Amino acid sequence: MATTSTPVTHHGGQHAPHASYLEDPQYRGLMSWLTTVDHKRIGLMYLWSVLTAFLLGGLFALALRLELLTPKEDFMTAETYNKVFTLHGAVMVFLFIIPAIPAALGNFVLPLMLGAKDVAFPRLNLASYYVYMTGAIMALTAILTGGIDTGWTFYTPYSTTTGGAVTLMTFSVFVLGFSSIFTGINFVATVHKLRAPGMGWFDLPLFVWGTYATAIIQVLATPVLAITLLLLAFERMFQIGIFDAKLGGDPVLFQHFFWFYSHPAVYIMILPGMAIISEIIPPFSKKHIFGYRAIAFSSVAIALISFIVWGHHMFTSGQSQLAAVIFSFLTFLVAIPSGIKVFNWVATMYRGSISLDTPMLYAISFLLLFTIGGLTGIFLGALSVDIHLHDTYFIVAHFHYVMMGGTVIAFLAGVHYWWPKMFGRMYNETWARIGCILVFFGFNITFLNQFAMGAKGMPRRYYSYLDQFQGNHIGSTVGSWVLALGLFIAAGVLLASLRKKYDAPDNPWGARTMEWETQSPPITHNFPNNPVMQHGPYDFDAPAVRRES
Amino acid sequence: MSSHTLPAPGDTHGHDAHGHHDPNLQHHFVEMAQQFDTAKLGMWLFLATEILMFGGLFVGFGLQQAKFPEAFKAAHHHLDRNMGALNTVVLLISSFTMVLAVWAAQTGRRKVLITNLILTLACAGTFLVVKYFEYSHKIHDGLLPGKFFHYAQGQPNEYIFFSFYFMMTGLHGSHVVLGMGAITWLLIRAIKGDFGPGYYTPVDLVGLFWHLVDLIWIYLFPLLYLIG
Amino acid sequence: MTSGAHAAGHYDHANDWKLYLGILIALLILTVVTVSAASFDFGSANVIIAVLIATCKATLVALFFMHLRHDSAVNAIIFLSSLLFLSFLLILCLIDIGSRIEPKPANWKGPSPGVIYPADLDKPVAPATGAAPASGTTPATPAAAPAAKH
Repeated sequence: MATTSTPVTHHGGQHAPHASYLEDPQYRGLMSWLTTVDHKRIGLMYLWSVLTAFLLGGLFALALRLELLTPKEDFMTAETYNKVFTLHGAVMVFLFIIPAIPAALGNFVLPLMLGAKDVAFPRLNLASYYVYMTGAIMALTAILTGGIDTGWTFYTPYSTTTGGAVTLMTFSVFVLGFSSIFTGINFVATVHKLRAPGMGWFDLPLFVWGTYATAIIQVLATPVLAITLLLLAFERMFQIGIFDAKLGGDPVLFQHFFWFYSHPAVYIMILPGMAIISEIIPPFSKKHIFGYRAIAFSSVAIALISFIVWGHHMFTSGQSQLAAVIFSFLTFLVAIPSGIKVFNWVATMYRGSISLDTPMLYAISFLLLFTIGGLTGIFLGALSVDIHLHDTYFIVAHFHYVMMGGTVIAFLAGVHYWWPKMFGRMYNETWARIGCILVFFGFNITFLNQFAMGAKGMPRRYYSYLDQFQGNHIGSTVGSWVLALGLFIAAGVLLASLRKKYDAPDNPWGARTMEWETQSPPITHNFPNNPVMQHGPYDFDAPAVRRES
Repeated sequence: MSSHTLPAPGDTHGHDAHGHHDPNLQHHFVEMAQQFDTAKLGMWLFLATEILMFGGLFVGFGLQQAKFPEAFKAAHHHLDRNMGALNTVVLLISSFTMVLAVWAAQTGRRKVLITNLILTLACAGTFLVVKYFEYSHKIHDGLLPGKFFHYAQGQPNEYIFFSFYFMMTGLHGSHVVLGMGAITWLLIRAIKGDFGPGYYTPVDLVGLFWHLVDLIWIYLFPLLYLIG
Repeated sequence: MTSGAHAAGHYDHANDWKLYLGILIALLILTVVTVSAASFDFGSANVIIAVLIATCKATLVALFFMHLRHDSAVNAIIFLSSLLFLSFLLILCLIDIGSRIEPKPANWKGPSPGVIYPADLDKPVAPATGAAPASGTTPATPAAAPAAKH
């Protein structure tokens, strides 16, 4: 139905359709992909890479859930279980979620939204991809040569004393950090300097605001992770005496350093997700976004506040009570901009003409799931409650509601939303919706059970448990199968569409942002001419967009 | 794309509206000023990451220093203040010659540019030579980081100071080496005559990087050599 | 246009080298100041004095050698925000470490430990009495029990 508002393509002189970036005769063959500096192609390479990582991390998760079906050891020993949950966490965090939205979708969409021909530093962009691949290969090597059983957080003193390939893994994360920094530098510079003529800061689509805030965090937080991991590796190799209490170090200092990066990193993960939702809700409600500036500023506010709340990961780690109280107070501040966003999204939908296409279904799922994840985060930010709930499945459920229910659902929403633009094909809407609904219910079955058993005291990171928790564990495992089925259907629907000929219109959803003004898929240089800003990104009253020719 | 400055053959179309083709203009920029500002912004972002990376080390150093003030005080007496001061002066002079190089490129003085780049390289080399003497002295005495520390009369925990000393000066020294590589590259291009008032972006960017290296040493010197 | 490459090129650069030379001399003087200041002991103010002088030098370098004085404000904001966020790391870590209560066994009856010296963490505390190990190694050696912890 949304296609009815597709703008009439201008049949001007040079309309003979340009070859898209996917089959530009100037850039053919494998080498043209491996050496490309085109942000769209780099975005696609990132997309396939992060999806592979998602598949890998997901398979680890399914294995964990299967082991937990019964209270006793089934097919994993305690040690294997430790390694598998570390791999699940590390792969999902460092190889999938952090690069997923900015580096894959952001790379593709951001310059198009700005009306730019490319990101500011195309070669740096390609370098970032290869650095990512190097880090990924190092991580896989670490997995194959001994594994890591520290959890993805590498807490000292365990990580400085345990065996396995921890040193290699920390170097791999060190390298992956640089890939993230390069993307961040690129995006900040692009947003500052490559906007189309006439496009002011408050004409930017909200996706750009979100990725911009993310990029700030990437630039300012990731270097501290790099130096932390370097120190950790040196502590392991040379016993330099910074994190190991036996040598005069302070293990809690490691947690400070680690979370100084990794808490903002949580917002590296969720901010782009929020940004996608801000982008999807208006066209499917056919309404201007409610509270544009509030959403834009709340993105930046989240980015800034995210730097001063990290201590809420350490309430039970031995930091001082004064510090804990300060961090707890600051943590509540983050809830304000997050709440602003949720209310504005709902207000945008209010009395809109809502069409429930797949991206919108995912966006609504996001609203429900992220709200649950966010509210339980407030419980956990309260000191006294956290003492009870820390290191239980309640925490696990909370951050899966934010990371999976928030970021991954938003990522799926974005992939379904921009798929026609990326590949020029429409997917089967019915099956895609079925996939979305299965994902939604499977997710809730999996993790609502974990909330319940966490509140009852089931600790996280154990391969066996007391019989009384088995009911919830069975529910959670069955839920993970439903979730997996939904994801496989979604993947199948999308991949099946690739066998078709190009059938996507330029603007299938009737959106108003600039990426829909070029053809689907876009030409190598994005726009036939340098585009000029003609109307706002959510200006649904403006006359139908006319593609320049 | 194949070369750093020349757009690839396919990139030259689409600029006809601007009527000229500066060979240094990349295809996705409209004009040179935009490209210059963007490059500079990117460099400053990179410098911010450098500051935070070194900053993590400084914070770790400060906290451990507060924890073991006596050990750190005793340990810093093993450092040679004169060598440190000499290196400070050398780096400050190299910063001066570097900024002169930028100025020379800006104002089209090719010979001044080349001379100053060579002088900067010479200063950087001097810095490394002095560092080499300092390091070999420490290695000889066994004043080494972590488990390699074997100085006979060492106080407890002195090795933590030397862990930081070697990490901080080592990371800084690796930046000096990287900077020397970049300056050498500038020198080659300057001799080829690539730079002038119309295009001196690389000189400016390497200059910024070099000043940051200087800036970090400005803090390292008093903290390590003077206060301990 | 090619001359557009001057971001700050609206004035004559020809005499800039004199300015740079002046800055270099100022930097060298400050270096002498910081070295000679280090020969006096101001107690805990030592660090503050050294960092203040270093910051003066760094400011000169940033403003003149790195051209921040004439540069676009965005670059200065990036530079300053990196320092701001670094200060978050430092301050919040200091708040924690400065206000920590020493970890010791609940029934510890030994001397008030200051810091339990790391090497002793290896040795068991007698569970019944909470006394320090019989070997007589008291936890605090003079060099290692910093008063700063209290």
